Amino acid sequence: MSVVMSEEGTAPLPSLPAGRRPWRSRRPRPGAGPGGRRRAGLLPYVLLVPTLVALGAGLGYPLVRLLVLSTQEYGRRQQFGAPAEFVGTANFGEIFGSSYFWSVLWRSLLFCGVNVVLTLVLGTLLALLLERLGTAMRTALSVALLLAWATPALTATIVWQWIFDARYGVVNWLLTRVGADYEGHSWLSSQLSFFFVATLVVVWMGVPFVAFTVYAGMTQISPEVLEAAAIDGASARDRFRDVTWPALKPIFVVLAALSTLWDLRVFTQVFVLQQAGGIVRETNTLGVYAFRQGGSGNYGLGAAVAVVMVAITLLLTLVHLRTMFRQEEV
Amino acid sequence: MRRHRGLWNGVALAVIVVVAFPVYWMVVTSFRPNSEIRSAPQFLPVGTLENYRAVFERDNFWSSFGNSLQVTLLTVLFALATAFLAAVAVSRFRFRGRVGFLVLILLVQMVPAEALMISVVKTLDGWNLRNSIAGLTITYVAFVLPFTVWTLRGFVAGVPRELEEAAMVDGSSRLRAFFTVTLPLVAPGLVATGIFAFIQAWNEFTFALVIMDRPDKETLPVWLQAFNFGARGTDWGGVMAGSTLITVPVIVFFLFVHRRVAAGLTAGAVKG
Repeated sequence: MSVVMSEEGTAPLPSLPAGRRPWRSRRPRPGAGPGGRRRAGLLPYVLLVPTLVALGAGLGYPLVRLLVLSTQEYGRRQQFGAPAEFVGTANFGEIFGSSYFWSVLWRSLLFCGVNVVLTLVLGTLLALLLERLGTAMRTALSVALLLAWATPALTATIVWQWIFDARYGVVNWLLTRVGADYEGHSWLSSQLSFFFVATLVVVWMGVPFVAFTVYAGMTQISPEVLEAAAIDGASARDRFRDVTWPALKPIFVVLAALSTLWDLRVFTQVFVLQQAGGIVRETNTLGVYAFRQGGSGNYGLGAAVAVVMVAITLLLTLVHLRTMFRQEEV
Repeated sequence: MRRHRGLWNGVALAVIVVVAFPVYWMVVTSFRPNSEIRSAPQFLPVGTLENYRAVFERDNFWSSFGNSLQVTLLTVLFALATAFLAAVAVSRFRFRGRVGFLVLILLVQMVPAEALMISVVKTLDGWNLRNSIAGLTITYVAFVLPFTVWTLRGFVAGVPRELEEAAMVDGSSRLRAFFTVTLPLVAPGLVATGIFAFIQAWNEFTFALVIMDRPDKETLPVWLQAFNFGARGTDWGGVMAGSTLITVPVIVFFLFVHRRVAAGLTAGAVKG
C-alpha cells in the first residue's frame, strides 16, 4: 500500500534555526558591473569582521586558554605568580586515573539521558494533548507552558527548592497531610531524591519547547492525506508509520540533539540545589565538578575536566550536523 | 474525537495546574509575611508588600539592578549591531567562506559556556577586566552572537532584494537603498532578536557568578543566589519577592516575542 505525501508532509519543517539550509546558493546579483563586483568582493568580509573579533575575544581566546591551562600545572602557587609549568597530558592522566572522575562522567551522562527521554516523551504527549483540545483550553495550556519556558533557570530552581523545602515546603506538607511521614524530610540529602528534584526542574523547563515544536510539526501534516490513507484502508498504525512519522522524524532528530547538548551542560540547577544544603560529592556533574576544581585552586585539573566536556559536546554536535546535512540532501 | 472532549479538558486542566504552579507559588509566597509562611500553606493570594520593601532595602539590591541593566543593554546594543552586519553579509552576498562561516556559527553555538567558566575568568583577569561591566559584556556578546546572527539572517533574507534594486534603479546608491528600504523592514526582526538577547543576558548566572565576585559588582541573579544561600530557608518571602522581580520582566518580554520570532523564523525559511 502506498501513501502519497503532500508537499507540506515532506518538507522539513522545524522552524528552528538548525533546520534551515544555509548552503543553498543564491542566484548571482543581476547587473553588477565590474566595479560593483570588486566592491562586493571585499565588503562581505568587512561586514564579518566585528562578529569574528567579538567571537574571538569572548569565546575563541578563552577556548585556547582552556586548552593551554589543561596542559599546565596550575594551582594556588601559580595563582600568586609562580610560572605555570607545562606538564603535557599529566592532568588528563590524573583525571582519567581517578575513579571519582568516572563516576562524575557516568552520572552526568545518565542524568542527561533520563532528562532527554523524559523531556521528549512528555513534550510529545503534551503536543498530542494540544492537538485534541478546543481553542480556549489550548490557549490556556499554551500560556501555562510559556510560563514554565520563560522562567529563568536560576529562579526556577530556587522556586522548586522552596516547593521541596524540608520545613515549610508545600510538597512535604501535602505528603504529610495524605498520611505519609514527611515532616521535615530533606529531599536534597540523598542522591536519588536530589536528582529527582533536579530532573523535575530540568524537565519542567525543557518540556514546553518540545511540546510547541512537535505540535507545530503535527499541524503541518495535512488531514486530507491522513483521511485519504484511511479511505485506502491504511490502519492507524500504518498511517502513523507512513505519514506522521516521516514528517515528524526530522523534528525529533533536532530536538533530541538540542536536548542532549543542553542537558549535558546543566550547571545552575545542580549548583543551586547543592548550595541549598544538598549533598555535593555524590551529586557533582561535569560542569559543577570542573567549577569546584577551579574553586579549590586546581585550575589545571578543572580545565582538563572542562576540555573533556567540550570534546563530548563537539562530538555530539558533529554527529548531529552530519545527520542534518544528510537529511537535507535527500 | 469530540466524544472525548470532556476527558481531554480534564487532563489539560490537571496539566495546567501542575505546570503553572511553581510560578503561581512564587508570586503568592512573595506577597505573604514570613510569619504566615511558616504556618500551613495558603493557596490564595493575600497581600502584603513587606517582602518587596525588604528586598528594595537589602544590601546591594540597587547596585546589582544597575549592573544587570547596564550589562544587558550593552550586550543587546553590541550584539545587534555586530550581528546585523554579519547577517547582511551572509544573506546579501555570495563569497568564499560563506558556508564555512555559517557552519562555524552553528558549531560555536554549541560550545558549553559552563566549560569555559575557569578560562574566561583567567582571560579577563589577564586583561584587568574582571569585576567590570566591560568584561562581562565582552563575554555575553560572544555567547549571544551565534543565535543573534542566525536569527537576523532569516529576517534580512526575508526582505526581497528586488525592493532594494528598485530603489537603486530610481537613483539611490546601494548604501542609501539599504538604509531607506531594507532597514525599516528588518526593524521588527531587530526588536525581536534584541529582546531575545536581552532575556539571555538578564538571566545569565554562571559567568556572572565567577566574573563578578565582588558584592558591589554582582548582577541580579548572583545577588539573588547570595540572598537565597544566606537566608537558608528563613526568609522565603524575601527570596520569592526577589525571584518575582527578576522573573516577571522576562516573562512579559517572552510572551511578547514568542510568536514574533516564530513567525520571523518561518518567514525566513520560506525564502530559503
